[in-house]
Amino acid sequence: MWAQRINDLLRRVPAWPLYPLGMLPFAFLIWQVAAGHLGPDPLKAIEHRLGDLGLQFLLAGLCVTPLRDLTGVVMIRYRRALGLLCFGYASLHLATWMFLDLQLRWSEIGADLTKRPYIILGMVGFAALVPLAITSNNLSLRRLGPVRWRRLQKLAYVAAFMTALHYLVLAKAWTPKPMLYFAAAMLLLGLRVVRLRRSTPAPAR
Amino acid sequence: MRRGFASDLHWSDVTPKAMWLNRRQLMAGAGALAFAGPAAARIATVPSPYSTADAPNSLEDITSYNNYYEFGTDKSDPATHAQRLTVDPWAVQIDGLVDRPGSYDLGDILAGVTLEERIYRLRCVEAWAMVVPWIGFSLATLLERVGVQPGARFVAFETLLRPDEMLWQNHAILDWPYREGLRLDEAMNPLAILATGLYGETMPKQNGAPLRLVVPWKYGFKSIKAIVRISLVDAMPQTTWNMQSSHEYGFYSNVNPTVDHPRWSQASERRIGAGLFGARQDTLMFNGYAEQVAGLYAGQDLAVDF
Repeated sequence: MWAQRINDLLRRVPAWPLYPLGMLPFAFLIWQVAAGHLGPDPLKAIEHRLGDLGLQFLLAGLCVTPLRDLTGVVMIRYRRALGLLCFGYASLHLATWMFLDLQLRWSEIGADLTKRPYIILGMVGFAALVPLAITSNNLSLRRLGPVRWRRLQKLAYVAAFMTALHYLVLAKAWTPKPMLYFAAAMLLLGLRVVRLRRSTPAPAR
Repeated sequence: MRRGFASDLHWSDVTPKAMWLNRRQLMAGAGALAFAGPAAARIATVPSPYSTADAPNSLEDITSYNNYYEFGTDKSDPATHAQRLTVDPWAVQIDGLVDRPGSYDLGDILAGVTLEERIYRLRCVEAWAMVVPWIGFSLATLLERVGVQPGARFVAFETLLRPDEMLWQNHAILDWPYREGLRLDEAMNPLAILATGLYGETMPKQNGAPLRLVVPWKYGFKSIKAIVRISLVDAMPQTTWNMQSSHEYGFYSNVNPTVDHPRWSQASERRIGAGLFGARQDTLMFNGYAEQVAGLYAGQDLAVDF
């Protein structure tokens, strides 16, 4: 049983190194900014990279359950770190947009938030992540109880759908990258639907 | 809150490194020229009263940040992938309602024109901006040479279709070949030029070599690159981005801070090369060229004719 062997191995790997490791791309980005390696428009490069990373960690977190279902490899205790890294990058992405891109032009920010579908989608996606980040600690898990807490964590599905769509409708033409992210999000969400169907008991005949 | 020190200086006032390096190169080039003679001559141009006093972006910015979907959708793609394009020989088919239609060799087109340096603001529909020192000649001079017939009301342009060199033409991201158009009075406006170079040199391939349109009061996508066909027609021609999404990209596509693009505001823009902190500036009506072109649209509702 190779899955069992991997699980035995993983039992000895703690979750905490994921945090510094997950921040390496951010350190790399800072270095690129300082070294002037981001091309003529560093702002967009920063904004897009942070958005990409947020979505990548979100999708990585959503891989944990299907991975267990399909292969038996259990990585659930790494999911909190993946989720928090996603939230961190999403926050930096949003802050970059507000402070560096729109430079706190509040009237334009306000107009974007009410008129632009892709901005609205992105903000709804971010809003869905906030309760997840707040309740990501053990105390919240105890206070809410596992059933309510798990139900709340389903907001990750909303976030994945909204942010993947946010990326897709932002592109001027049908370019491959946002389509791939959207397809990945749809696949991961689709697996949830399949799982739900299977676990629902068939009606008695 | 936002300013610790009351200073009128912004990061945008600092000369970008690439630019002063570039100036040094120009000076070194000028020095070399004095000794080397005409073999290394830069393209001879005359200055133009239509040039802006704004400082141009660096050659590096202008040649590495391009929207040119024939070579890829990333801004950095054209600088790499456009290099495989063959730009010599080059002919332009001029047809439709003209007195002297035909296939014109680029050399013949350029033989009779005075090349000017036109330092123009460039405003992309994606809300970023640059300043580019183009080299070109007024579109009107070419149209007058081929003789515009009375029935002509619009000018239609087409980009080269050559999928084995323009690799993204193998993908249906846009309806190829790229097409653009102007109303005849817009085309005859002295600001509208056909450009053959920038920064004193032949046009880089990623910027639309060997011949491209520049209409500085319109969003950048109107300024079609690598032109192989110019047709004088009596009806408004189809244009690529309008065909792609007509509610987002109108035929006119004049720079207009009061008419938003459905997906983003056009009220302001980011100046490329101005650093991380001070790049956003207000967008000007007709990209600052209202004095020259506002009259073209008298009586038109620009929110309808966007």
